[in-house]
Amino acid sequence: MTSMAAKSPRAILKTRELGIVLALAALVLYTTINNSRFLSGQSIRDNLLNTAILAVMATGQAVVVITRNIDLSVGSVLGISAFAVATMMSDHPGLPMIVAIVAGLAVGALAGLLNGVLVRYGKVPALVVTLGTLYMYRGITYSWAGGSQVNADELPPHFLNFANDNLLGIPWLVLIALIVVAGTSLVMRNYRVGRELYAMGSSPQAAELAGIKVARNLLGAFVLSGALAGLAGVLFAARFGTVDASAGTGYELNVVAAVVVGGVAVFGGSGTAWGAGLGALLLTVISSALAVLDINQFWQQAIVGALIILAICADRLVAVRIARSLRRRDAHV
Amino acid sequence: MSKRLASWDSIIILLTVAVLVIASLIVDNFGTSRNFTFMVLDLMPLILVALPMTFIIVTGEIDLSVASTLGLTSSLMGWFWNQGLSIQTIIPLCVLIGAIAGALNGFLITGLGLPSLAVTIGTLALYRGLAFVVLGDGAVADFPLSFTNWVTSGATNILVLIVVFALIFGVVLHATPVGRSLYAIGANAQAAHFAGIRVARTKFWLYVVSGAVSGLVGVLWTLRYSSARADNGAGLELAVVAAVLLGGVSIFGGKGSLPGVLAGVVLLTALQNALRLEDVSGQALNIVTGALLVLSVLLPNVVNSVRGNWQRRRLRQSAV
Repeated sequence: MTSMAAKSPRAILKTRELGIVLALAALVLYTTINNSRFLSGQSIRDNLLNTAILAVMATGQAVVVITRNIDLSVGSVLGISAFAVATMMSDHPGLPMIVAIVAGLAVGALAGLLNGVLVRYGKVPALVVTLGTLYMYRGITYSWAGGSQVNADELPPHFLNFANDNLLGIPWLVLIALIVVAGTSLVMRNYRVGRELYAMGSSPQAAELAGIKVARNLLGAFVLSGALAGLAGVLFAARFGTVDASAGTGYELNVVAAVVVGGVAVFGGSGTAWGAGLGALLLTVISSALAVLDINQFWQQAIVGALIILAICADRLVAVRIARSLRRRDAHV
Repeated sequence: MSKRLASWDSIIILLTVAVLVIASLIVDNFGTSRNFTFMVLDLMPLILVALPMTFIIVTGEIDLSVASTLGLTSSLMGWFWNQGLSIQTIIPLCVLIGAIAGALNGFLITGLGLPSLAVTIGTLALYRGLAFVVLGDGAVADFPLSFTNWVTSGATNILVLIVVFALIFGVVLHATPVGRSLYAIGANAQAAHFAGIRVARTKFWLYVVSGAVSGLVGVLWTLRYSSARADNGAGLELAVVAAVLLGGVSIFGGKGSLPGVLAGVVLLTALQNALRLEDVSGQALNIVTGALLVLSVLLPNVVNSVRGNWQRRRLRQSAV
């Protein structure tokens, strides 16, 4: 009896990601019945390419949200990294791609580190810090860029081709997103530091008392989120070619939406990185399905909003059920 | 504790006065009546939305959907006008729709017990999306001059409106049992509940008021620019939250005052206006806004911990 009761919360949690997969499958099925080209190679490729940047950012955000924090500055970090890397590559066209990626990661990590330090050592809530740095990082990019922009013809071809090149038929962009999502999910699930991040989100005080290195882990989570937003900036510059100071404005909303739809509870302690990746995929597929189904594109944002609300209702339901089953288990002991 | 916050309030008020004085001395055209009118008109949406936002943040919640509610009512105003409704019907209708949008937030948060941050991020997308569904990316601009002039003809009408609203909200927050109960809820919702305060019902009505005010601002915004568009007011929610926090309201609830918030709003608007007159890009000002926002919470924390250390050391010395 106890083993069954102990199993049921986990079983319910599993259905959370399963729900997204089912929704995704139903959406793809319905759209394909209406227009068979939706499942063509080109269409799948486009969808995955469009998901990649969002999924990379959502992965970092998921880790931060799991620790019961939030990072609203990711859109601005993408902007500053995209502009920095695009400027660097247009000034030094000979630099290899890997240097661009490392530079983007470094810019983002630095921005994330400042967020983390202010949250941990300044004792300023993450919402306030990252709302502030959302403005600051964007303002820095604007002062730096002025009204100028980097155009595709100023960028070296190997940088621009990166978005279209493949490895074994899989575009680099998609491959990077897959590595990021899979790597983070693995660490969060199986490694000590991952479990500690969940513990911090479940109960910050208890985590500290249990001897978890809260400061180090928290800084790590913000640095990861910043670095991945920086990486997303590089991918953005490579994919779109034209970068001005407004790159990535408002992305933070899509990222938070992907994370919440993907089943990461805003109160921390639950959810997975691959759930957030699935959330990013679902949001992207909805947007392209609307176009294929010839539904007014303007519905897209409203549907995303409705999905976010549905997702948090579902989380609430799961939480209530878990609480009930835990109570029942306690009653048997 | 209250002393510390009072000092932040006074710091921000002094800072605001200083900025106003310095700007009118060294920035050309800052002190002119024409510029004053522009500033009042720029101030209007921020200040009106900040009033109910202050109440909500004092109770420890947040409403990020305000700017989208504004956009939705602006869109609907254009659509109603195209349907041939009179302005006299449209304005109360828009306020009512804003109130309904707020009521949906309130129901999800207090009825279903969902976190307000996540709910209002959801309705932020939902209401803005519906605004685009209503009006697409077009604009309705043929509103009668008699109404648009009421907003744009000078500072007087809008200034009176702002003062009346600020007085009402200020009195309610600082001089009525309802206002005190908001602080009690923000300090400890459970304790407030056991003290007989109707926590859920109070919060619900705060969201309704916030929606209604956002709806009204949607109407005023549309009249000011004589243009109903779905993207009106996009991003305003962050500026409003920044101004409220800058004014010394704690994001954790239970602390803050309306004079501080008013000073915060005026400070942001005046800075933006002065820098624009000096041809500094408004986007570069974002650095100042962001830094002020972080500092408004960081500085009191640092002061407190330094003071704490100093007291501890003194105690240790006296023990020896």
